[in-house]
This record gives sequence, C-alpha cells and structure tokens, in this order.
Amino acid sequence: MTKKTKQPSLDFKTDWAYAPALEDTKHISLKKQYDLFIDGEFVKPHSKKYFATYNPATEQKLADIAEADQTDVNKAVSAARKAFEKWSKISASERGKYIYRIARLMQERAREFSVIETLDGGKPIRESRDIDIPLAANHFFYYAGWADKLEYAFPNRNPKPLGVAGQIIPWNFPLLMAAWKIAPALATGNTVVLKPAESTSLTALKLAELIRDSGLPNGVVNIVTGAGSTGAAIVNHPDINKIAFTGSTDVGKLIQKSIAGTSKKLTLELGGKAANIIFDDAPIDQAVEGIINGIFFNQGHVCCAGSRLFIQEGVADVVIRKLKDRMETLIVGDPLDKNTDIGAINSKEQLSKINKYITIGKNEGAEMYQSSCALPTKGYFCRPTLFLNASQSHRIVQEEIFGPVLTIQTFRTIEEVIEKANNIPYGLSAGVWTDKGSKIFNLTSKLRAGVVWANTYNKFDPTSPFGGYKESGFGREGGLHGLMPYLTF
Amino acid sequence: MSRIEIQKTYKLFIGGQFPRTESGRYYPLKNKKGELIANICLSSRKDFRNAVVAARSAFASWSTRAAFNRSQILYRIAEMMEGRKQQFIDELMLQGASSKAATTELETAIDTMVYYAGWCDKYQQLFSAVNPVASSHFNFSVPEPTGVVAILAPENNSLLGLVTSIAPAIAGGNTCVVLASELMPLCAITFAEVLNTSDLPAGVVNLLTGSSQELHAHFSTHMDVNAVVTYQNKPDEIKTIQQNASLNVKRVFVHTAVTNPNPYLIFDLQEIKTTWHPIENIGSAKAGY
Repeated sequence: MTKKTKQPSLDFKTDWAYAPALEDTKHISLKKQYDLFIDGEFVKPHSKKYFATYNPATEQKLADIAEADQTDVNKAVSAARKAFEKWSKISASERGKYIYRIARLMQERAREFSVIETLDGGKPIRESRDIDIPLAANHFFYYAGWADKLEYAFPNRNPKPLGVAGQIIPWNFPLLMAAWKIAPALATGNTVVLKPAESTSLTALKLAELIRDSGLPNGVVNIVTGAGSTGAAIVNHPDINKIAFTGSTDVGKLIQKSIAGTSKKLTLELGGKAANIIFDDAPIDQAVEGIINGIFFNQGHVCCAGSRLFIQEGVADVVIRKLKDRMETLIVGDPLDKNTDIGAINSKEQLSKINKYITIGKNEGAEMYQSSCALPTKGYFCRPTLFLNASQSHRIVQEEIFGPVLTIQTFRTIEEVIEKANNIPYGLSAGVWTDKGSKIFNLTSKLRAGVVWANTYNKFDPTSPFGGYKESGFGREGGLHGLMPYLTF
Repeated sequence: MSRIEIQKTYKLFIGGQFPRTESGRYYPLKNKKGELIANICLSSRKDFRNAVVAARSAFASWSTRAAFNRSQILYRIAEMMEGRKQQFIDELMLQGASSKAATTELETAIDTMVYYAGWCDKYQQLFSAVNPVASSHFNFSVPEPTGVVAILAPENNSLLGLVTSIAPAIAGGNTCVVLASELMPLCAITFAEVLNTSDLPAGVVNLLTGSSQELHAHFSTHMDVNAVVTYQNKPDEIKTIQQNASLNVKRVFVHTAVTNPNPYLIFDLQEIKTTWHPIENIGSAKAGY
C-alpha cells in the first residue's frame, strides 16, 4: 500500500486570505435628510415626501432623500431658465473659471466623495477612489477649458447654447455620470436640471453642496431627486431644450418617443452587450486580466461591460482554465475594504434581476461556473459567474444583465466572430485581443460599436468620446465631440 | 406625318434595377392644363422593404470602399448629370418650372454633387481626433457611416432636393432608400438612370415614388433602418416618424428647407468610433533632443 501524497494546489481560502483593510468612514458627514437643490439652495419638496437610500452592502439606511414632483421640477426648470439668461451671456472665460473651481473643489474633497460613493452604491472603494471620483473631477477640469474655445471646435459655424438641459443619470457611476452631463453643458453655456438615480442620490447632493460653495450663480445647476415620475416630469417639461439620458435602452426608447414632435434635442447613452474577442495569438495572461476587468469591474454594472466573451477555439481551453483560476482569487465583500474586487450589487431589485438571468441561463442549457468565494451574510452580493457553451440565441447572450455574469462562446474564423459580435441590437463597445496590429485595425473598423478597446478594456478619459451605435444610443460624451450635443449652430 | 414620340415609362429604382411597384398601383401626374404627363408608380410598403434589403446588402461594400473611390463615383454622377442636362430641364419644366428656374436648379444640383464628391475623402479628417488621454494609451476617434438611411426628399423641390438629401448620405458611406417628391417625381427616375450609369454599386441609392402620407410610417418603423432624414414639412408626419424611430433608436434629422451644402450634413449620418490601445513604455528612452 503506497502512501497517499497530497497534491499541491492553490488554496485561496487559507493561503491567500487578506487581513481586512477598511477605509475609514469617520471623516465623512451625512445629513439625516436631503432636500432638493433648486436655485442655489436646498429646499423642501412640494410633495413633502422622502424616500430612504440604503447601503447595499449592509442594507442599512443612510439618509432620507426628497422626492421631487411636478411642482418641484417646474421650480427647478424656471430657476434654470432664469439663470440661463445671465449664464449664457457672461464671458466665456469666466464661465470656464467657475467650472475649474468645481474641478478643484472636487479634487480637494475626493476622499470624502469616494467613501460616500462606495457607501451608497456598493462599488469597491478602490474603484471609487481611483476611477470614479478622479475621472469626475478631471471631466470638469477638461471641459472648463473648452468654455472660451468653442468657436475653434466647429469651423465655419457659430456655436450657441441650447438653453435648459434636463439630465437623467443612472446608478452605476453616480458622480461620474453627473460630471459627464454637467461639465459639457456648463462649458457650452447651458443651465442644468439634473436627476440622479433614486438609489444613488448622495454624491449628486454632495456635488450640490460643492457647487454652492463654488459660487456658481444660483440656478445654473439644479439637482432634483426622485424616481421615474420625477424623470418623466423633466422629460415632458415644455421649457426644457435638451434631454440627456444615460440608462437602460427601454427607458431611452420611451424618452425618445415622448419627446417626439417637440424641438427638444436628445442624446441617449443606453445599454450594451459588448463582445470581448480573444484571438489565439493574444497575450493570454493579459487577455485574462482584460476579461476579468471587462465583466467584473463595478460588479458588471457597466453599460460597456465585456459581457459576451468570444474565444478562438485553439486557446479556449487554456483561457477558460486561467479565467476560472483568476476568478477564484477575486474577493467579493465589503466595498469599503481596499482588498475587495467585487462589491455589493447596487440594489435588491438588481440582484433579483441578475439571479433571474442566472436561472434563465441554466434553463437555456448553458453550463454555469461560479467562483467558490464566501459571500457576506448581509447585503446584496453575487458570485462572479460565467456560462460556458452559451449560444448566440440564448437570452443571456442577447440581453443586458448588468451584473457579474459572463457568457462564453468560441469561434474559428474572423468572419464568424465579426458576424456574431455584430448580430445584436446593441453597439456600445467591444474588446479585441491579439498581438497582430493589422488584425486589430481590420476588426475595429468592422465592429459596429462606439468604443473599441484593443488589448485593454474599460478605460475612460475626459478627452475620449464615448457613446453607442444602433440601440445603444446616439450622441457622444467626452472630448470635442461631447460639446456638440449641447450646442446649436 | 410627324413622328410619334416615344414616351418614357417612369418606374422605381431598387437594387440597381428598374421594377414597377409590386403593388401594381399608380397615380396620374398631370400638367397645369390637366393633361397626363405620366403614370407614376405608387410605391407600397413591400417596395420599401425590398429597397431596404437592397440598401442593407450594399452597405458593407459601399461603407468600406476607399474614400477616394467614393469621391470618383460621386464626381462621375455629376458628369452623367451634365450629359443629361436637357432631359432634366425638360422634366423640370414639365412640372411647371420656368426655363430659367429649371436651368438654375439643374446647375445648382450638379455643382452640389461635385461639392460632395470632394468631401468624400476629407470629412474624416475634419471630424476625427487623436485624443490626449491621461493614461498610457493611443486613442483616436473616427467617423463611420450610420448605415441604412431612409430619406423623405423635399416635396417642393425636385432635382436639387434629391441631390441635397442623397449626396451627404452616400458621400459618407451610407446607403439609402429615398422617397421622391410626390408632385414632382419626374427627375427622380431620370436621376436613377444617371446613378445606374455612374459606377454607383447597386443598392446604394434606391428611389421610390409615391405618397409620404402612406409611407412615412413604414420608413420610420422598419427595424433595419438606422436613420431617417426628412425634408418634408409636415408636422404630423414628423411627429409620427420621431415616435416610431424609438422602436430601434433611429437617428432622425428634420430639415424644413433645402439648406446650403455643408459637411455637417455628412456628419449627421456618421457615428463616432473611439479606439484604444496601450502604449508600452520600454526602457527609459526619452525623446530628449
């Protein structure tokens, strides 16, 4: 009888355990109750109604948020209209200086904003600290400089602001989306009524405080909180000139339909279902990191997430093996912990939507794999999940899940993968992994998507235009192109 | 005995062919005296759908063709129009224009085509950007054509309206289905004959005649159409088009008059694509001098 020797294996639970490294929350101050920011001050809602906002990692209430009704929205719009008369006429360089101030104030308070973003939205502190908040501040800084240079951006034209912009933003990047919306609108001389998503209003309201501190003239930025009906009041308001919406394709279509027949201008940044394509000549380890970042960044609550993985057959086995190994190392847990890779799912509703899709995937016959990590007992969490042997017609392949769920398909030829990648109503983003430059350029020009990451994924920058093809929306945010939706010529 | 004139049969232009409407329907086009000029095809939804199929299959090759080549083809269209000058003028006059007005419209139309021929390989540089991102990446944005564009040409303008609405779309690599003016459709089919002899690939431009009242809903509901451009000043139809467009997030552009040609009309029908690639900083070499 031979002695049984223990096979060496990676034991992530004991050998790889990290000591907790919690971000401190003592330095932030949250009020019990937040009112609406209209005409430069916080005012009680006409409805007298408030709704609670929760920390999705603990299910504990953080604060009560005012719910704006039609009367409140009317007030905000008329404040913005009144402010527009002055704001559009002050010298462009002065306008720019106000926006620079906002950027600087945000940089100064970055740590506080990061912690609140993580508390309210559930994203890992590492992401709010290193990505969301700095990018938001940079966005203001970038657009501040455009304010007095607009005539150079559009040769032979005479750019003018539109008026009052109604802006509705999602819960996945709360402050960053507010910055993407507000900064270009202000730089081009418009005034703003912005509604944050109801589950993540806090950083927008902290931004309101910061804007008040900056001395920005009253009414130039108004922030009204609430749910769908508040958004509808903005969309349908007759004195709004421009609607900018980031969110689901369903709601985007509804908005496009409801402003039909009006002169409102519209930009839509909607859903996505990006193909992330790995060729057999790709740098495999980097590609695996890119796959992880593509789908698990921000719990997969990313409209441009690389949620459809396509692997060329020759490397499928090795990529999947390495991917599973890498998934095992992901730490799902307290978003405030600096070691955490995947934080809390933003809300109970979103978690049940993700779980619904996981059930659908299993029923459709795809083979599910989840990492074996432990989940916190409280809060809304989801294991990193992938589906092998998914097929093009599966709902988990066609529909946006908006969670840490990846589908995997294999392919043989470049024609096949282009066909499959494009054969979807969405067209927001795509990823390509190969060491061959000519292949990259061939592919990026054939993928019908607004952003293509080659040998990288989920990178953002204020100078870089972002937006979709097809049902992922229209108009661009970021860069020179991001000015255009806020101007008339 | 004077010779009997051979009259022209006005048909549709779909996928490089000249079919009659599958519906077999027509409407009589009459001159001011009430005399019949021609029986014009009254296109149906089915004709439109066939035209979209033709436009979609032409898109892949037209949109990826060398810009210089597109430029030559548009210039060739202008050449062919020049050769058919008299026919266009006759048709414009048949539809009620004075000789002077007809000549001006024709000349402006040809010059507009030449103008857009020149833009084919130039607007890209105007609307592109290399973006100075803060991270170590090479990042650039380029315009790409939106796809299949459904165009409702101006009602009160025959030849110039067609050129004004079609040229920016195809100069930018889109393919299109165009509804000609209902009351002034004659030039449309002659223009199609021009297109057909200009090396323009079949399906890039498809021309229908008929009623916008009947067709505007189909133009805007079709799920394989990416954008609708209307030059028809009919508020009810515009609203319906905008509502229907939401079915698949079509881009809608409403023009109330024929505007001066400019590259921003090309830009309307472009999508901006941004590509990122890492830059590897190897060693410590710097561009010092």
